[in-house]
Amino acid sequence: MSEDVSPEVAGQSSREMDRRKFLVRLTVALGSVGAVVVVAPSVAFLLGLRKTPQTWRTVGKLEDFTVGSTVNVSFEDPSPLPWAGVTSQSAAWLRRVNDQEFIAFSMICTHLGCPVRWLADADLFMCPCHGGVFYADGQVASGPPPKPLNRYPVRIHNNNVQILTLPVTIS
Amino acid sequence: MQIFKRIWLWFDDSTGLSAALGPVMSHPVPRARKTAWFYVLGSATLIAFLIQVATGIALASGYVPSSGQAYSSLVFISGAPIGRIIRGIHYFGANAMIILIGLHTIRVYLMASYKYPRQVNWLSGVFLLLLTLLMAFTGQLLRWDQTGYWSVLIAAQQSGRVPIIGNWVGHFILAGDSVGGATLGRFYAAHVFFFPGLIFLLVGFHLYLVVRNGISEAPSIDRPVEPETYRTWYHALLAREGEAFWPYALWRDAVFGLLVILTVVGLAIAIGPPGLGKPPDPTIVQATPRPEWYFLWYYAILSLIPKWSESLVMFWGPVIFGGALVLLPLVARKGQRSPWRRPWSIAIVAIVLFMIAYYGAVGKVAPWSPRMDAPPLPASVVGTTTGPIAQGAKVFHDKGCEYCHLVSGYGGIRGPDLTYAGDTMTPAEITTRIYSGATNMPSYRGNMTPEELSSLLAFLESRHRQPIQPPAPAANQ
Repeated sequence: MSEDVSPEVAGQSSREMDRRKFLVRLTVALGSVGAVVVVAPSVAFLLGLRKTPQTWRTVGKLEDFTVGSTVNVSFEDPSPLPWAGVTSQSAAWLRRVNDQEFIAFSMICTHLGCPVRWLADADLFMCPCHGGVFYADGQVASGPPPKPLNRYPVRIHNNNVQILTLPVTIS
Repeated sequence: MQIFKRIWLWFDDSTGLSAALGPVMSHPVPRARKTAWFYVLGSATLIAFLIQVATGIALASGYVPSSGQAYSSLVFISGAPIGRIIRGIHYFGANAMIILIGLHTIRVYLMASYKYPRQVNWLSGVFLLLLTLLMAFTGQLLRWDQTGYWSVLIAAQQSGRVPIIGNWVGHFILAGDSVGGATLGRFYAAHVFFFPGLIFLLVGFHLYLVVRNGISEAPSIDRPVEPETYRTWYHALLAREGEAFWPYALWRDAVFGLLVILTVVGLAIAIGPPGLGKPPDPTIVQATPRPEWYFLWYYAILSLIPKWSESLVMFWGPVIFGGALVLLPLVARKGQRSPWRRPWSIAIVAIVLFMIAYYGAVGKVAPWSPRMDAPPLPASVVGTTTGPIAQGAKVFHDKGCEYCHLVSGYGGIRGPDLTYAGDTMTPAEITTRIYSGATNMPSYRGNMTPEELSSLLAFLESRHRQPIQPPAPAANQ
């Protein structure tokens, strides 16, 4: 210990001190640059959220749907990743209102995101998690949901019923 | 055996390990008192973590972190020889880690070991507690069955309640616009690399602080902590009556640690891992996601608080609780350590444990959840198979009334029990309720025909404590 005299104790010229200070700053600065060069692209990759284009997806032929009934339909992600498997699917509740008009409701409860079920005999949507209930038009009937069920745009194209895919709505 | 000794001597000469670690292992600690066995909880938590590392590596070698294949790879692991046991050890190891870190936190809090000079010990422990909970959540999600799938959406929706950035955070969790191929990978990376890496770093830091600041001595009413003199006093105590950590303290950790390992492995063999749910297919409508027991109490509280306060509690609840844990050693940095002179600390621990147990039990029953699988009422309950009463019983089931209302043990318990509705409500009252609804009951004004309503009324009016006796014929007339 005693032989290892620190520069301060030895009494340095101010020029030597400036050099020391400079080298400290240089090392810290170089280290920081190196860290940023590596970390920045890694973080940027994580922050780059997957945006998917909106696409019309066919869920069935016009004649497959009976006027007045609400059924469960599923359709695929607009650009499914090859390894997404069943998770590339989305499901919706589709009702044929009349000859040419359809309504599609998101299955995701606006309360906390559980999947709502259609009670055909009661004309209600019910959530199994906290008992949120929605009327047939998607408006909140009772329970904790803060907003009506989200809807997907629907169109009839060449006798096909098509749903426009949408990002998951975060309430 | 001479050869091994020579190898070790060469290795030690080259590395200086015994010179560097010897003093650490044999550093003096306060002599064991009655409380000595309470000090094994920290090392036991570490042992539980190491169980997770070992079994986690084994599981990761069979797990395919792809949204489309993770589920079938888990089916494969569960069916492979030993795979079932490894999954079981990982599951019970996770439970052990949560219980032990909870008990360790309680021990440190009750004995006020977080006071000077061990405040940063506590702070690093708070982050380890948070990381343990994050590991638990991401771990159950990696099972990637139906509950795992919906857990992602629920986590995203809950994050949506964070002010301003909520929407972005929600989509960050989903890794994009919706659950898909990109989603599972980030939970895998977090659970397998990021969080464990942080845990290793923080455990190292935590242990370094334990050695630097010394193991806290058993609290004594006569000896409040005075930061000005504490270190001097503590070192004098060690010089007077300290014992070497290795082996005079560490043997207890070895005993308790082995007990933890044997319990975890024993449960894994006897009970096995939790069963997999249905596959993570969002087109399967029948899904009822539920959290694991350690989050059930939180799920219950969120379900029971008034609707208006939900977003506030979801955001401020964790912020306030975490903030209190962080502020504790900074505010209460000196003074009395004995729990007997800090009765509020005992009360707080009792309240927290009671809440976790009570609301956990409530969450298990989940009275707020409709029972959507309730079968139609059997004829033995209805009392008849024809006529308006039987018709009404069918309406009661088909319109979903039964999912929330109990009749003779059938149905849900979200709404009032209607077993004796005929005794407690008049037909007019029942009609009003059905038509106008309530906070947690939809209005059926537009959803019921007059015929359905009248048969439903007939059914509900027939619900009596005792069958009504026909009026006795008047005597003497």
